[in-house]
Amino acid sequence: MAEPLTGTLAEPLVEHLAEPLTEPLGARTRWAVRSWWLCAGMWMRSTMAYRASFALTLGASLVTHSLDFVVLVLMFRHTDQLGGWTLPELAFLYATATFALGIANLLVGSVDGLGARIVNGTLDTMLIRPAPALSQLCAERFSLRRLGRPIQALAVLVWSLATLDVTWTWDRVLLVPALLVCGCVIFGAIYVGGATVQFWWGEAKEIQNSVTYGGATLLHYPPTIFAKELVAGVVFGVPLAFVNWLPALHILGRPDPLGLPTAFQYASPLAAALCVAVAGLAWRAGLRAYRGTGS
Amino acid sequence: MALIELEDVRRTFTVRARTGRFSREKREVRAVDGLSFTVEAGECVGYIGPNGAGKSTTIKMLTGILVPSGGRLRVAGVDPARERVALARRIGVVFGQRTTLWWDLPLRDSFELARRIYRIPDRRYRENLGRCVELLDLDGLLDTPVRQLSLGQRMRGDLAAALLHDPQVLYLDEPTIGLDVVSKGRVREFLREVNRERGTTVLLTTHDLTDIEQLCGRVMVIDHGRVVYDGGLDGLHEAGESERTLVVDLAESRPAIEVPGARVVKVEGPRQWLAFPARESAAPIVAAVAARYPLVDLSVREPAIEDVIARMYAEVAIG
Repeated sequence: MAEPLTGTLAEPLVEHLAEPLTEPLGARTRWAVRSWWLCAGMWMRSTMAYRASFALTLGASLVTHSLDFVVLVLMFRHTDQLGGWTLPELAFLYATATFALGIANLLVGSVDGLGARIVNGTLDTMLIRPAPALSQLCAERFSLRRLGRPIQALAVLVWSLATLDVTWTWDRVLLVPALLVCGCVIFGAIYVGGATVQFWWGEAKEIQNSVTYGGATLLHYPPTIFAKELVAGVVFGVPLAFVNWLPALHILGRPDPLGLPTAFQYASPLAAALCVAVAGLAWRAGLRAYRGTGS
Repeated sequence: MALIELEDVRRTFTVRARTGRFSREKREVRAVDGLSFTVEAGECVGYIGPNGAGKSTTIKMLTGILVPSGGRLRVAGVDPARERVALARRIGVVFGQRTTLWWDLPLRDSFELARRIYRIPDRRYRENLGRCVELLDLDGLLDTPVRQLSLGQRMRGDLAAALLHDPQVLYLDEPTIGLDVVSKGRVREFLREVNRERGTTVLLTTHDLTDIEQLCGRVMVIDHGRVVYDGGLDGLHEAGESERTLVVDLAESRPAIEVPGARVVKVEGPRQWLAFPARESAAPIVAAVAARYPLVDLSVREPAIEDVIARMYAEVAIG
């Protein structure tokens, strides 16, 4: 060790120079995911430095999120139906929306810290690393304690699936996991897209939270109890309806209050892809604006 | 080989100031205004200037974080703004006031993350880590959580983390800020060693001019977004038209004495301070004083580099 390494250290960095400067999208995506994974691992171990706190907050989050569902159950002690939907059906909506939001929040929710990082200048320290800033930002403060929400949602989902009075045809069976995955992707894209607004407007965090948390609460209830304009808004505007409402109509065999073509009930993957594309482009535009106009 | 090249680089910011309840005024601020310089591979350059002179804007453009408004900029042959991520693998950055280490994890974990993020080959990583640990005396600290390290230890950790991937250029922003004298000395010694041994090009911004005196063969003074001085440390004295001071203790108190080639700047009892241009010899002035007045003692004081630079800023502001 003591022997000077002058020879090896002064060599030109061949392996770095040989690297292609612009990589294809696939490789970039893999690298972005790997970067996220590396940073998330660091954060996870950081939180494990405080084990007691971890256990307590995970427990607390399980309890507080369960209260949301307890409210629904209490409501059904006074009524058998809500907007024509039964408790197991509502539980299905509640569980799928909560699960999707919970997983999206776990994986990319921290992206809403962007505004604060722009203000205190620490976004720059992310931009000088060769890992994508978006990956680093999403992985920030990653902690399994945020699993409280989705775990609780899964429990409700299992109960709901077991109780639902549904003929389980293969397309309905397949639609359930597809809906869960697409829901996570759509909420994830909304997190990222919403955070992007902070590049221009630092206080935009609250708006984004109202779309994500507010949106998820909206999706706990059947579309039949809302005004048609609102339902249309979450189909064609912020496409939250694709998280669970539209596929749930097919799974539960319910008529569409808007009377949209049945294709919409299968269109969640398409909506999810579209959301990712829009969020990705918005992020790029935001980062370009930040580097162009500075702060 | 020129490693850093700037040609008429400009960067303007648009500042929106509220002038009334509804009216806003847009104003353009030129943070960097026609900057041109080159830094050769292996140089160690001090980059100094008052707050708001455009130092950090320059560093942000050199690292590719900010896109220049105009001009041409190359670092290690690439355009930083276009190839920020590729460039990130070839540069190291240390911010004195912001650690990039992981607060709650052992120091070693931050280094391990760097190995993966920068895709450092295993052998190279082991060698570089070994060398940094040896030079920075980090041996007993690798398994200590960063939050338990002292400021000086943390800075040493940050330096190591920035050098594991063999950067061609190292940008240091106030690397000795807040450190005690011993830690400062250690950081400087390490930087000298890295610059000498690996030929790493170092660009250093600082307010501590001892950093510059001990490390940099070349100084660039920047003010209002322009280079106002570029050269050796010695040349600064001439460029800044600095003055040396002759302090004389006379046999008795008297009003300000008159000596050709010097002027009295301060009188305190029998002691008087005479300023004269730094490039002139002190001998004729001493002779002149001794010939006219009874002299008890005398000493010559060299200009402090801080004063020289302060004068330089002041001149630019007036001119």
